Amino acid sequence: MDALLDLLKKDARLTTRQMAERLGRSEAEIEEMLTSLKGKGAILGYHAVIDPEQAGERHVSAFIEVKLTPERDGGFDRLAQRIARFDQVTSCYLMSGGYDLAVIVEGDDLREVARFVSEKLSTLDGVLSTATHFQLKVYKQSGFLATESHGDERLPVTP
Amino acid sequence: MKPLEDRIANQVKSIPRSGIRDFFELVQGRDDVISLGVGEPDFSAPWHIREAAIFSLEKGNTSYTSNLGLLSLRQEIATYVENLFKVAYNPANEILVTVGVSEALDLVFRALLNPGDEVIYHEPCYVSYNPTITLAYGVPVTIQTKVEDNFVLRAADVEAAITDKTRVILLNFPTNPTGAVEPVDELEKIAALAIKHDLIVVTDEIYCELIYNGDNGMEAGAHTSIASFPGMRERTVLLHGFSKAFAMTGFRLGYACAPTVLTEAMMKIHQYSMLCAPIMSQQAAIEALKNGAGEVEHMRRAYAQRRNLMLRRFAEMELPCFSPGGAFYMFPDIRKYGLTSKEFALRLLEEESVAVVPGSAFGVAGEGSVRACYATAYDKIEIALDRIAAFVKRL
Repeated sequence: MDALLDLLKKDARLTTRQMAERLGRSEAEIEEMLTSLKGKGAILGYHAVIDPEQAGERHVSAFIEVKLTPERDGGFDRLAQRIARFDQVTSCYLMSGGYDLAVIVEGDDLREVARFVSEKLSTLDGVLSTATHFQLKVYKQSGFLATESHGDERLPVTP
Repeated sequence: MKPLEDRIANQVKSIPRSGIRDFFELVQGRDDVISLGVGEPDFSAPWHIREAAIFSLEKGNTSYTSNLGLLSLRQEIATYVENLFKVAYNPANEILVTVGVSEALDLVFRALLNPGDEVIYHEPCYVSYNPTITLAYGVPVTIQTKVEDNFVLRAADVEAAITDKTRVILLNFPTNPTGAVEPVDELEKIAALAIKHDLIVVTDEIYCELIYNGDNGMEAGAHTSIASFPGMRERTVLLHGFSKAFAMTGFRLGYACAPTVLTEAMMKIHQYSMLCAPIMSQQAAIEALKNGAGEVEHMRRAYAQRRNLMLRRFAEMELPCFSPGGAFYMFPDIRKYGLTSKEFALRLLEEESVAVVPGSAFGVAGEGSVRACYATAYDKIEIALDRIAAFVKRL
């Protein structure tokens, strides 16, 4: 399982056959493992790791330390999930140490992100404080070094 | 076994393969092409619109809506259309929310045409008009507008085309692919013809927010719809949507405004073929109509700047091109180079990796022109223009 996950982390677009060859297993075994991993929520999804700057997008990313009031039933879960559901929140983790949640918020520009934090995040019942740090540059993202550029993703010719 | 090709319905077989599709496949295979062939905004739908769709999903709104569309959306549409066009429609029974204006067009022809009924419209035009009329067993009757006339549709030409089989006049201004805007006096004359010959007018207003006025096109312009003239509301089907101004192409949302009897007839088909437009698109559209004006203007100004760039550079490279009053297309005249539209477009693609769409894909009147879309990043347009300049210099 670990070896399969490692493969997928590097390139989720490998075919079942390619994965089977690399791991010395049958395709059926691979399929079974994938189904199991998805079923128990070990694999949440697949996506391309994008460097927005290279994509030519206007983009600002902020890392926010959030302190919460834990609740009687459920601790931080309810609030954390509520925060996590916002589209602007691209990552959300419960952390040990000086704050509770590490939240990454992304938007088109500084103003938009700041507005989201002040209007939607800080205002939530149960949020004690936020400390916002703006990301300046991506060197590495999800195990990929930032190098390649990406283009316009629309169909190239449409009526 | 009889070949599958033989089993395709005659009406469908009679529709020629799309010129756009062929060109699309050529462009697909190549790297590093700057495509000026994309007929949709390069902007994503504004965030607040997307967020409204998301919020709608969060709340769990995933069910069918009324066939006509959410009443709250129809109410917003009625308000919007009244402000924009000065025509009042009753949201209860005169507005139908459709899956894009494409579906509305299909519905209107299927609702109005008996086999052999004629529909008059102007070319060059959007690629779906002819097939949609044909599939409804109607007869397309085209009027070739001319580059020398800035692609204006002349009432005199419409009159000459009217026969006892004519049922509908179809209009699209600002026009895809030419960007032409119809002068109001000509529109009035066409309205008079519709009344005189008791015809229905279908007007596709999809680009109406994208109008460029003033010296440099930076001023917004008010669009006049034929539906607003006296005697016209009762005989017009007004089509509009969200794809271009609000950059909501993928939401697949449009609407038809028409007197109850016509709306009912369209709804009769729609209720069976589509049932309803997607609820989350409808929720997003409500947000767009309520709060989207600022973003629309922001995008329009961005298009205006690119339009200026293209006009300036086309003039410099002596590529004749009339100044389009709306939409986001330039339709330069390439006849002086002695190439067909297709030859020009193919060679430009092969030699300079710039994709434009041959004007012939939009009708006979489009031959001799190519369509260059400026719904693409400014700096990409700049590079594309450099390449086009180099190309035409060699011809």
